[in-house]
Amino acid sequence: MKALVFLEDHEGKLQKDSLGVLSKAAKLGGEVEGVLLGSEIEGLAAGAGRYGAGRVHVMDDVLLARPLPQPRVDAIETLVRERGFDTVLFAASVLSADLAAGLAARLDAGLNWDLTDIVVEDGKLVGKRPALGDSVYVDVGWSSEPRLALIRSGTFEPEAGADAGDAEVERFESRLRDFSLEATMVEQAHEESEGPSIEDADVIVAGGRGLGSPENFALIEELAKALGGAVAATRAVVDAGWYPYAAQVGQTGKTVSPKLYIACGISGAIQHKVGMQSSALIVAINKDPNAPIFEYADLGVVGDLHEIVPKLTELVRQRRAA
Amino acid sequence: MKIAVCAKYVPDASTSVRIDPQTKRLDRSGEGALNPFDVNAVEEALRLKETGGEAAAEVVIVSVGPERALEAMRKALAMGADRVVLISDDGAVGSDLVATSRILAAALSREEPDLVLFGQQASDSDGAILWAAVAERLERPLISQVAELTHEEGKVRGKRQTEYGYDVIEAPLPAVVAVSDAINEPRYPSLKGIMGAKKKPQETVSLSELGLEAGEVGEAGSRTEVYALGEPPARGDTQKIEDDGSAAEKILAFLQERKAL
Repeated sequence: MKALVFLEDHEGKLQKDSLGVLSKAAKLGGEVEGVLLGSEIEGLAAGAGRYGAGRVHVMDDVLLARPLPQPRVDAIETLVRERGFDTVLFAASVLSADLAAGLAARLDAGLNWDLTDIVVEDGKLVGKRPALGDSVYVDVGWSSEPRLALIRSGTFEPEAGADAGDAEVERFESRLRDFSLEATMVEQAHEESEGPSIEDADVIVAGGRGLGSPENFALIEELAKALGGAVAATRAVVDAGWYPYAAQVGQTGKTVSPKLYIACGISGAIQHKVGMQSSALIVAINKDPNAPIFEYADLGVVGDLHEIVPKLTELVRQRRAA
Repeated sequence: MKIAVCAKYVPDASTSVRIDPQTKRLDRSGEGALNPFDVNAVEEALRLKETGGEAAAEVVIVSVGPERALEAMRKALAMGADRVVLISDDGAVGSDLVATSRILAAALSREEPDLVLFGQQASDSDGAILWAAVAERLERPLISQVAELTHEEGKVRGKRQTEYGYDVIEAPLPAVVAVSDAINEPRYPSLKGIMGAKKKPQETVSLSELGLEAGEVGEAGSRTEVYALGEPPARGDTQKIEDDGSAAEKILAFLQERKAL
């Protein structure tokens, strides 16, 4: 196997998930190299050596300054064709998902996505992919090379090798196509650090669309206060403007693992699940008995959160006062 | 402005869905529906058409699926879309990402829309990447995960959420945009809309009519394979109760028992 791992960077750091995928690729054996694309990012490249990259290919170009997928398709296509990589791995993110799918079409290559493991069985690369709300696990593979894979976020932890040194850094150039540069980023997201951090909380009470209206977040806040915990929200309600982004849990939000996570009016779609599944204890309240969250909640309650949450808040308060 | 909405025919959410152990594909023999995430894309297309004020504006639904998918796509017509193009062909069965994107790109090239819209994800496969493969094949700029979309003077601007907050991306038309399900609250079809939907143009197209060869799409044109189906790892004990008025007490007792208070 000659694998290339896409190394995603943000504000001067290599993303943890992409280093995790790099560590995993190194354990599968064969040659493992990284690719880093951006502007003034070359200094980050050598550090990937500690996580198993023998070499990191860098394209440092002002046209790659913004995290947009299409010019990155051009750059990785050039690298794959010139260097003959047979496998290209991505840690899933908003950027890398679009990049991987664009690259698949460009190279006419197979792309398996949402993988939670990748193994070599009988000399063949096999991806493990949960399907149908994680109720079935599917073994997937590729019928041609290069093989492209998107790994579900948070799947692999970065593992620094004890005696691993810096990666060899090699610059490369690529033509960028006109259409790849047509989309432009006019404002770029920054992580907002206002408000209490949910990442450190032992107890989290989270609200989703089932709350019905932004005012009902008061119910969530009251329960969180009674339990001495923090408030979290799903992407749907954050996007709808009901609650600030800093409180968002899930794929495009924070990843949390509190001792107790109480999900109220949250269906538990996969985007949310990846952000909270490692919580020690999960309680879910939802009126839809078929909500996917009941599949992985330690205690699932089918019922109206508008009735149950205020009662629970009151009971917790009484107990605390006793 | 001509807007094409790519829509998927998916198993109805109220039916239980399974993977056929023989074909290792999703069993699509049951009731089907328009993918709920695509309804947001249809709604956004209709809003753009309505606020644009152009007499010639058109919203066309483009889908790949079995013949009976036409019926599900009528929901989009009832909401106000103008017509449906369904690519239905036995040769398309088993298409993966690269093959499906080839079919859609061929159909979209024939339509030449100013804007191609996708919904956030497919409710059956959780796939949320097809748009990028289609944008690549059409050689058009892409904006994904859009939670707010505006259109002015030959360009679109999308505000979208990433891992770090919100960013704003602009692209000249023609472009491909994937919308998030938070972008709007879709309308319900009116009775008049439902009555009128059947009479709107609904075209079924074969692969050869799109100039596609059998080997380019379907299983032969796909680059991924499914080897085996397995059980998910054990989750430990999960319990589910119905609220009979005492749910709050039961949750409290559970938290005490697990020493979570």
